[in-house]
Amino acid sequence: MNRVVITGLGIYSCIGKNLEEVKESLYQGRSGIGFMQERKEIGFRSALSGVMERPNLKGLLDRRLRVGLAEQGEYAYLSTLEAMKNANIDEEFLKNNEVGILFGNDSSSKAVIESTDIVREKKDTMLLGSGYIFQAMNSTVSMNLSVIFKLRGINFTISAACASGSHAIGLGYLFIKHGMQDTIVCGGAQEVNPFSMGSFDALSAFSVRESDPTRASRPFDKNRDGLVPSGGAATVILESYESAVKRGAPILGEIIGYGFSSNGEHISQSTVDGLLRAMRMSLKDAGLTPQQIEYINAHATSTTHGDTSEAIAISEVFANCNPLVSSTKSMTGHECWMAGASEIVYSTLMMRDSFIAPNINFDEPDEYSEKLNIVSRTLNKNFDVFLSNSFGFGGTNSSLIVKKI
Amino acid sequence: MEKQEITKKINAFLVEEFELEADQLVPEAMLKDDLGIDSLDFVDIIVIIEKNFGFKVKGEEMANVKTLQDFYDYVAAHVNL
Repeated sequence: MNRVVITGLGIYSCIGKNLEEVKESLYQGRSGIGFMQERKEIGFRSALSGVMERPNLKGLLDRRLRVGLAEQGEYAYLSTLEAMKNANIDEEFLKNNEVGILFGNDSSSKAVIESTDIVREKKDTMLLGSGYIFQAMNSTVSMNLSVIFKLRGINFTISAACASGSHAIGLGYLFIKHGMQDTIVCGGAQEVNPFSMGSFDALSAFSVRESDPTRASRPFDKNRDGLVPSGGAATVILESYESAVKRGAPILGEIIGYGFSSNGEHISQSTVDGLLRAMRMSLKDAGLTPQQIEYINAHATSTTHGDTSEAIAISEVFANCNPLVSSTKSMTGHECWMAGASEIVYSTLMMRDSFIAPNINFDEPDEYSEKLNIVSRTLNKNFDVFLSNSFGFGGTNSSLIVKKI
Repeated sequence: MEKQEITKKINAFLVEEFELEADQLVPEAMLKDDLGIDSLDFVDIIVIIEKNFGFKVKGEEMANVKTLQDFYDYVAAHVNL
């Protein structure tokens, strides 16, 4: 079995457009949430969202490579460019090695809706142009990035709701561990346009604390009233330890455990049992006891049911050891398909720079969260092992464990 | 519409949308080999023609359009029908 290490990270999110900006936001406990008037105008119950600038890739990428990129693909291009750069992967390496891509993405609503509108209006598919097909498929991110970066290894998309990014890294870990690939570009991407979030808004799952956007996402807090949708893209380059050492690549951490489960119950509500099994499986895979986990980056999205299930599950798995816990979604909002990957980026940055980012807006615990060791203010602390949880609709769960080496 | 105006409009969108350099746009330029316009780009050209000249191209009609001059002539023939 190969050891699997992280050699590159990249991020484009509402708390920063690159690793250093994001690290600073995490350290400062800075929220990226804002109020989007446009959403009110089209009938959203909640107009809160992670706010980010749409990148302009003209000049960076040829037209042919841009037309098939959906919004989240643009973010993913930039996060992958950053990750490749800090992993010291260049065109020559990509030409001489079978580098793969496994990206989490579970919608591309804007392209689907716009192209459908055009066909309805014009009644002629020939007036759609060439880009929509490559933007509209769920695999839009992996299909475009594999062409842009000329990747020649494994190539597909993981659609697993809000655990997509985490499973993408988990699968990348398994492929490398079993010797089937040496290097895989893993990650997750999430569109932020309003089209992507209307049907989610319909579930009344979003916070309506619109008068105070940066205080709206409050995982584990007694007075939370729902999640805040967000997005962007995160890239985590995984590589076999042997390959990383051979080429002198930076090693930012080692993936040592992947656990997963399916609840087999409700379509939108998590269960304690499913979360327990995913976390325990990751510990078993890593060969660690619960006492050895120093920090948990919780999935906690700021919904009462989800946060409560996770708090109970963490309390049970980590009874008597009480590791530090925070949900970075308090700052970023819920980055959905991207979250499982971005939270590996956030936590790895914290491990690199010896701090734990705060679970902001955690003002008052409830009866379940009071049992957790939640970090509500930035904590300067050296730590070597963390666990990151990601859960999604349909009851798909994923837990990853990363260790400093 | 005057031929000159058609030429100007076509050149403008080739520069704007396809990011070609103005000095590449000589009438004898081969669309595929000289200007790098591939089969997917033709799909986008159909949309641009509809927006700029108000007629719908039939895909198969473009098969004989090889040079930029062919393209000007093709559009002129349809616009001035």
